Amino acid sequence: MANVNIEVHHVTRVEGHGNIVVNAKNGVLEECRLEIVETPRFFEAMLRGRPYTQSSHITSRICGICAVGHATASLRATENALGIEPSEQTVLLRKLNFHGEIIDSHVLHVYMLVAPDMFGVGSVIPLVKTAPDVVLRALRIKKLSGDLCATIGGRHTHPIAMAVGGFTHYPTVAELKALRQRLVDARADMDETVKLAKTLPWPQFNRETEYVALRKEDEYAFIDGTITTTDGGKYPVKDYRKVTNERMVPHSTAKYTAHKRESYMVGALARFNVNYDKLHPRAQAAAEELGLKPICTNPYLNTAAQVVEMVHSVEDSIRIIDELLVRGIHPEPLPPFPGRGGEGVGSCEVPRGILFHNYQIGENGLVKNANCIIPTGQNLANIEADMRKLVPEILDRPQDEIRLMLEMLVRAYDPCISCSVHFLEVKFV
Amino acid sequence: MKPKVAFFDFTSCEGCQLTVVDSLQTHTELLDAVEIVQFREAMTEKGEDYAVAFVEGSISRPSDEPRLKRIREQAAVLVALGACAHLGGINAIRNAMPLDDVRRYVYGDKADWYETYPARPISAVVPVDAVIPGCPIDRNEFLEVVKALLLGKKPPLPDYPLCVECKLKEHTCLFHKGGYCLGPVTRAGCGAICPTYGDGCEGCRGLIPDPNRNAMSEVLLEHGLTVDAMLARWTMFGTYQQMETGKK
Repeated sequence: MANVNIEVHHVTRVEGHGNIVVNAKNGVLEECRLEIVETPRFFEAMLRGRPYTQSSHITSRICGICAVGHATASLRATENALGIEPSEQTVLLRKLNFHGEIIDSHVLHVYMLVAPDMFGVGSVIPLVKTAPDVVLRALRIKKLSGDLCATIGGRHTHPIAMAVGGFTHYPTVAELKALRQRLVDARADMDETVKLAKTLPWPQFNRETEYVALRKEDEYAFIDGTITTTDGGKYPVKDYRKVTNERMVPHSTAKYTAHKRESYMVGALARFNVNYDKLHPRAQAAAEELGLKPICTNPYLNTAAQVVEMVHSVEDSIRIIDELLVRGIHPEPLPPFPGRGGEGVGSCEVPRGILFHNYQIGENGLVKNANCIIPTGQNLANIEADMRKLVPEILDRPQDEIRLMLEMLVRAYDPCISCSVHFLEVKFV
Repeated sequence: MKPKVAFFDFTSCEGCQLTVVDSLQTHTELLDAVEIVQFREAMTEKGEDYAVAFVEGSISRPSDEPRLKRIREQAAVLVALGACAHLGGINAIRNAMPLDDVRRYVYGDKADWYETYPARPISAVVPVDAVIPGCPIDRNEFLEVVKALLLGKKPPLPDYPLCVECKLKEHTCLFHKGGYCLGPVTRAGCGAICPTYGDGCEGCRGLIPDPNRNAMSEVLLEHGLTVDAMLARWTMFGTYQQMETGKK
């Protein structure tokens, strides 16, 4: 029987530092780990004593990819703590900004981090010569999403204009109209993306698990909602700890989570499984095209679910811009400090899954305590559970192929390791 | 021959490297000018024969040091990419708190499992040849620095304050609109992007040479910031520098 020794030090094409370690002797799996070797970040500790207005600006720095997501969750936590209700316009602008980040992050992952595996190359760079139309399409979509975020927040990475209770800058009607036209034009790029995704050789692997995502009855939830699981769990956001149950393991600077089973999955596939009925019809059609049906239990198809979400986000962005254009953009003053403290939880579905920020703010407006629970951290136990099922299934294959399958598995989750460390390399030992 | 370039990261959000990737949206010709031999976030290949190293992130644990020193030994030109590498940045906020307290706050009784020490800029460990400031870096400035390096010049860095750029854009001063801003003491080069979007400068690009810190503090207090909020603004990106100044 096969002996397998795989150690992938610093998995590439993921955000942050992690290792995969797999060790099998005589066909028996002895060791199977995802080590998170990112340096500890300590954001929760650093928020203490800082003015509540600074929290979203500091926590957006947790992640360069999902900066808008962290800022949004942070603002919702602060607003819930202080009893501040954002206006309808603020809610619309935040949703639009959020779609920009979902598209930006998913296009980066689908085209630049995952597709090279499927084309058998090490990065997107050789594709510039061999598949220029694919690369240029990716760059075009990415520029659109980045420009969308910049129009609302000033820039994508570390948004500027997002504030507690509102915005410090507003897009003009002309800017919104121009974006709308580019989004309409992007439908063709979305169709091509679905076609490309359909041709990619997705690995066949299934493992039943619990999927966790925010759900709303009136829309495909990205900001706020009820924590909902495919095992029937439903919790208000403030009870997030009942789902996450964080624990620490020595081989990871990111904390692990579990609900009722040993692990659960968050992210695009979890949202797809929980909220399929709320997707835009064009996104549902894309899912059908890709053969994706809820409940899908193949983690490699998280990337395909991201393609479906990109289609949804383009459509919903167009809808939101139309609504904003009808309403007109009206500058609104930011709410003053209400002169009270309190505790609040904010939750969003960032590109990689459900995110929680929980703050306690004092009477003086300074943060007293903070807790952030990151999607990638919530997925770690589930990735390891997948690896434990996958490796015995493919143990008879060449070691390099096993290694690639494992790297692709980890990449499919689109881990964001810098985030999760309060989090990836592949070591097979 | 195209210069070989590599990207490395230490403690950071990798947002600056993503900004580099974003700069390719409009400047794909960059790939004709340089050969990227290592960029873990975006590619699998790992070449070790680079001449220019861009380093993102602050140094925040002892085991980071030998890795950075190896990069320094290989690279003819070492560039600090962004505020974490340039200043210590956000990561250094915790330097002002007792380290043990910070570790226990996040990791409880398992604090000893994870190695850490006060966060510092890369220049605290090795000599640095050029800096691209900002949190995140400015895309255009990155391109300008690459151009300068390709021409064998030292990349230019403005030594006038952000206010200059803000005035050139004819913005109403945020202090006149009830806001707070570190623009008068912060190095320009970002096009005063935060004030342009209605938020005060956070000082992510570091201070101008010889800043008048006391006058800046007074202005912030006069405009109604509490002492806590004033200090919080100074220390969002400047904790490391402030603590170093205190040592001298």
